[in-house]
Amino acid sequence: MAAAEVVAPPLKQYPVIPILQAGAMAHSKPYTANAAIQQAIGFPGELVEDWQNKAVAKLGDLLHKYRGLKVYLDACVHCGACTDKCHYFLGTGDPKNMPVARQDLLRKVYRRYFTWAGKWFPKLVGAEDLTREVLDEWNTYFNQCSECRRCSVFCPYGIDTAEITMAAKEIMDSIGMGQKYSNEIIGKVHKVGNNLGLPGPALLDTLQSIEEDLKEETGQDIRLPLNQKGAEVMVITPSADFFAEPHVYSLIGYAKVFHAAGIPWTLSTHASEAGNFGLFIGNYGQMQKIATRVREAALELGVKRLVVGECGHAWRVAYSFWNTLIGPFDFLDPNYPVPQHICELTYDLIQRGAISFDKSANDKYVVTFHDSCNVARASRMGGIPGGQFEIPRAIIRAAANKFVEMDADSIREKTFCCGGGGGILTDELLDLRVKGALPRMEALKNVVDSDGVNFMATICAICKAQFSKVLPYYKFNMNMVGGVHQLVSNAIRLGPK
Amino acid sequence: MTAATIFYALLFYAAFLLCVIGLVYKIADYARTPAPLKIPTTPAPTTAGGVVLRMLREVGLFESLFKANLWIWLFGFMFHVALALVLMRHLRYFTEPVWFWVAWIQPFGIYGGLAMVAGLAGLWARRFLVERIRYISTFSDHLMLALLAGIGISGLLMKFVAHTDIISVKAFFLGLMRFDWQPLPTQPLLLVHLTLVALLIAIFPYSKLLHAPGLFFSPGRNQADNPREQRHIAPWAAALEKAKP
Ligand code: SF4
Ligand code: SF4
Repeated sequence: MAAAEVVAPPLKQYPVIPILQAGAMAHSKPYTANAAIQQAIGFPGELVEDWQNKAVAKLGDLLHKYRGLKVYLDACVHCGACTDKCHYFLGTGDPKNMPVARQDLLRKVYRRYFTWAGKWFPKLVGAEDLTREVLDEWNTYFNQCSECRRCSVFCPYGIDTAEITMAAKEIMDSIGMGQKYSNEIIGKVHKVGNNLGLPGPALLDTLQSIEEDLKEETGQDIRLPLNQKGAEVMVITPSADFFAEPHVYSLIGYAKVFHAAGIPWTLSTHASEAGNFGLFIGNYGQMQKIATRVREAALELGVKRLVVGECGHAWRVAYSFWNTLIGPFDFLDPNYPVPQHICELTYDLIQRGAISFDKSANDKYVVTFHDSCNVARASRMGGIPGGQFEIPRAIIRAAANKFVEMDADSIREKTFCCGGGGGILTDELLDLRVKGALPRMEALKNVVDSDGVNFMATICAICKAQFSKVLPYYKFNMNMVGGVHQLVSNAIRLGPK
Repeated sequence: MTAATIFYALLFYAAFLLCVIGLVYKIADYARTPAPLKIPTTPAPTTAGGVVLRMLREVGLFESLFKANLWIWLFGFMFHVALALVLMRHLRYFTEPVWFWVAWIQPFGIYGGLAMVAGLAGLWARRFLVERIRYISTFSDHLMLALLAGIGISGLLMKFVAHTDIISVKAFFLGLMRFDWQPLPTQPLLLVHLTLVALLIAIFPYSKLLHAPGLFFSPGRNQADNPREQRHIAPWAAALEKAKP
C-alpha cells in the first residue's frame, strides 16, 4: 500500500470552520498488525470467524466494565457543540472527524444491540447492524482520533471521545483487527523494555557517550547513571529521549538539574520507557503490564522517588493511573508526590533557590509553549488545578527572557493536539498528521509573524517527534521545536557548589 | 366516566410507570457500573466539594456549553430554564392548596412558555441552517424537538386562544394521584397536549433525554482530580490484582 499524497492545507490568520467534505479522509487507514505482532500480545492473529458476534460481545463486556463508556454512549443529545473542536476535522473537513460523528460510529452499533429503541426502531434512532462496512469505517476513523480529549472540554456532559475511540480499538484488537504501529511497539516494550527496542548495552553506550560530550562541553562530570542501586530518584522517560533529536537535549537538561542540585539519580534498563501504548489501545491489562516494569525496577533499585520525563501520555498514565495500576507506593518517600513530573522537580528546586539560571543563554530564542493534550486535559502538576499550565511556563520564564503565548483558544485546556498523539505517529498516516497539525500551525504562524517566535517548547516526546516531521510542510524550520528542559539545559548554572 | 377519561387515566399511569421503571433501571445500572480509572477532564477540582461546585455550574449554567458555542448555549439555556419555569408553574395542577411560591410564579410561567418555544425554535433552526449540525441530526432528533414544540405550542394555544376548563383538568390529575378518577374535559387541544406529554414522560429513559441523569454519572465531570493522593481501584480491577501470582 503506497502512502497517500501528503498535502498541507494553507494557513489562515483566523481559524475558519471548514465546509464539510464527506469522505475526504476515507482513504486514511493504518497498516493492520500481522499475526506475529497480534499474537505476541495476546490478540488473535487475523480477523476471527464470527467476528461480528465476538465484537458485539466485547462491547457488552466493556459496557459492564466502564461506566464512562455507557454514559457517553447514552447521553449525547447531538447538540453539535463539539463539532468544530477536533483538529482533525478542522484540518480535513471530513464530517466523520467531528467528535460526535466519530462517536456515532460506535453509538449506532450500541443502539442496535444494547438499547430497546434501537432493537425495535433502528431507523428512527439511527441504529445500525455491525457490518463489514461499519467495521472498516471504525478502522478508518477511530485511527483518526488522537485521544486528545479536546472535545470533552466543550461537551455539556463531558463526553470524552477518547474513551469511545479506546473502546473501539479494544474491540478491534479483540477480533484480530489490530493497528500495526501501536501493537508492534507494545510487543517491543515487553521484549526489550522500551518502545524503540533499544537493548540494555546500547543504552549504556549512549548514556556514556553523552557523559563524555558533556565533560568536553562543560568541564564537569555530569552523570547519566543507569541501574544505580540506592539512588534517591529513578527517572522514567520516553526512550526517544535517549537518542532522538530534539528529545535528547531535554534528557541532558534533567541530568544537569540533578547534577546542579546534587540529587543522586538513576535510569533503569528494565523500565527504560515512560511511554505506555496500552493507553492508546484502551487495554487495561496491557497498560498495567507495561506499568508494572516501573514498580519492579523501583523495588529492585531501592529508589525513594519516581520522576517522569517529558512525555504527555506517559504523564497521564503515571499521574492518573499508576497508583491504581501498580500502587500503593508505600515503599517510596512520602514527602514527595508519587510520581513526580520532572517539571515539578525542577520548579521546586527553582523555588528553593537550589538551582539558578543564566537566562541570557537563551536570548537567541523567542519562546512559546505548546501544551500537550494529555498533560493539559488529563493530569495535573503541583498542588492546584491548572498547575500543569503554570509550572512549565514558570520554568521557561526562569530560564529564558523572551516568552510569548499563542492564541488563548489554542493553549491550556483548549490546546490543540500536535496531530500525532494516540498511537498514530506512523508514516502511513502522515497526511492525516500534517492536516491535523493545522490549528496549531496557524496559532504558531501568528506569533511567528507578530513576535518573531523561533522556539516552541513542549513537554511531550510525541509532540516533539510529530512537529519535527510536520513543521517543514508548513515552511517552518524543524528545529523550532524542543523540550522545556532543553531551555533549562542551555541556561542552568553548573558552577561547583 | 367517558372513554376519554379512562383512556387518559390509563395512559398517564402507563407513561409514569414506564418512566419510573426505566429511570430506576438506568440509574441503578450507571451506579453499579464501575469507573476503573480516574479520567476527569482536567483542570478538575481536587476535592469532593469542588466537584459539587463543578456539577452545579454544569447543571445550572451549562458552563462547558458556554465555553463551546454561544448560540447553542443561548438557545439551550433559554429552553431549559423556561422549561423548568413552566414545569413549576404546572405544579398548581397537582397541589391543593397550591403552594404559595407556585402561585407566585404563575405570571412568569407564561413568559416561560413563550421562551421555551422560542428556544426550541432556535435549536431546531440550527439543525437546518448549520451544515455540521444538519449532518449529525437524526430523525429522532427532529422528532424530539417536534414533540417538545408540540407540547409548548398546544399549551400556549390553550392559554391565549382557546381556554380549557382547567378546574376540571386539575380535578382529573388530583383524582389520578388519589386513585379517585374524575372526568377529563375533551377539548381537542387539551387532548393533544396531554397525549404528547404522556409520550414524553414514557420515552424519557429510553431516549437521548437520558442526558439529564447521565451528566451526574459522567466520570469526566464528577471525579475529583486526586489520583496521587488517593488510590482508586474498581472491584474488577482489584480482582485482577488478587489473581496475580
Ligand atoms: S479526542 Fe481529540 S482527536 Fe479524538 S475526536 Fe476528540 S478532539 Fe478529535
Ligand atoms: S458536545 Fe457532547 S452532547 Fe453535544 S454533540 Fe458533542 S458529544 Fe454530543
